[in-house]
Amino acid sequence: MRYAMAIDTKKCVGCSDCVVACQTENDVPVGYCRDWVVEVTDGTYPQLEIEIRSERCNHCENAPCVRSCPTGASHYEAGGIVTVTENKCIGCGACIVSCPYDARYSHPEGYVDKCTFCLHRIQKGQQPACVEVCPTKCMYFGDLDDPNSDVSKMLKKRKFKTLIPEAGTKPHVYYLI
Amino acid sequence: MREEVIISGRLNPNIDPHLEIWHWHIPLYLFLGGLAAGILFFASLYTILGKENKYIGAVRRAPVIVPFVLIIGLGALFLDLRHKLYFWQLYTTFKIQSPMSWGAWTLMAITPLSIAWAAIHIREFFPLWDWKWNVLRELEKFLIKNKKYLAWIILFFSVILGIYTGILFSAFNARPLWNTSILGPLFLTSGLSAGAAIIILFSKRKGERINFAKIDIMLIGIELFLIVHMFMGFLASTEVQIDAANLFLGGPYTALFWIFVVIIGMIIPAVLEFLELRKFHIPVLIPVVLVLFGSLMLRFIIAYAGQMSRWLY
Repeated sequence: MRYAMAIDTKKCVGCSDCVVACQTENDVPVGYCRDWVVEVTDGTYPQLEIEIRSERCNHCENAPCVRSCPTGASHYEAGGIVTVTENKCIGCGACIVSCPYDARYSHPEGYVDKCTFCLHRIQKGQQPACVEVCPTKCMYFGDLDDPNSDVSKMLKKRKFKTLIPEAGTKPHVYYLI
Repeated sequence: MREEVIISGRLNPNIDPHLEIWHWHIPLYLFLGGLAAGILFFASLYTILGKENKYIGAVRRAPVIVPFVLIIGLGALFLDLRHKLYFWQLYTTFKIQSPMSWGAWTLMAITPLSIAWAAIHIREFFPLWDWKWNVLRELEKFLIKNKKYLAWIILFFSVILGIYTGILFSAFNARPLWNTSILGPLFLTSGLSAGAAIIILFSKRKGERINFAKIDIMLIGIELFLIVHMFMGFLASTEVQIDAANLFLGGPYTALFWIFVVIIGMIIPAVLEFLELRKFHIPVLIPVVLVLFGSLMLRFIIAYAGQMSRWLY
């Protein structure tokens, strides 16, 4: 089982519903976010192109945060989801520094926090909160090893990219382009 | 003109607009760790070479400060932790891929070893020292009898300590400025240079001071060579690494790095030490303080600049 997410950059309108849903679902402290929206404008005026991406932890297959963690607090859960065990985390910041996506932050309570793909919801058979609320239905979540999952079907049908693949992290969040 | 404008909705404290998660604690510790490694390296090396009586400053006097240096460094590391009460989790596992884990275990080994080394040389400063309890007296006798073995163990751990302070940074490929294997040898050399400087300060004999001034000049030469190679490597690499190098070649850290680290911390003390060898009278404190200052600044600047360097987007 390999959990992954595919996000359609052609359908995303950058409304930030995913950000708010995550903050509510996961009790993210005020002023912090586990997911965020990036808007890239590219080209020569007037031929400009805009790409909107909802970004989060990429749950990398070769995660530098897991490698750099001295206590094993950062680890892979079943399905390759990268999570942090709060009471094993010493708050040294090594994982924060090691993430090329800057997807982690230091929680005001001291431990390091980040997107969990809403592991607690997945375990109940639900979708991650961000996927659930998206008004344009531009996010797809599922198991890459299951050819019938939403994410596998989208990746078969569409062109896609990952973020900073040259960092060698093998991200599990795909952007449909 | 073709433009790419990136707007991110993320504004996490200490992460955006650029990383600022490691503050003064880490570079201070890296300096103190490197300094301790340098002093212990020379102390154990000259013991192994059987030149203990020739280099009293290196073997018996300077190492007395090492436990204090390490404990202050450990204190800084502890203050850096944000989930402090869980620090003991470091010692429930050993993670071979995590330099932080290597460092934690190396410190666990070298701190008591440095205390033992300082303890068996305490009479250098307090000739009438008595350990009061028989157990301690016996322990001291045992350590003195096996001093060469102790020196071999300390030599091994001092090199790991010196190199790991650089590897801690270079293992992070997310920060292009740090992601160069030159940082390991550069920090080791800088630590040895700082150690040699402290030994010069503690040494009472002119012959020993001259020996360590020569060693220090050589180490500074190696450092300059490594710095040049570091920039050559960056400039011949990918765009992110060229950007990282540019932080020091015209970017915000240019003046800080070249003035404080290279000129004040390396070239001036090397010239002063050279003049000393040519029989000019230079107050010993000046090159020593400059070398220590340069060594500290090197770590501060690399630590802060590294957190500014990032991947393209």
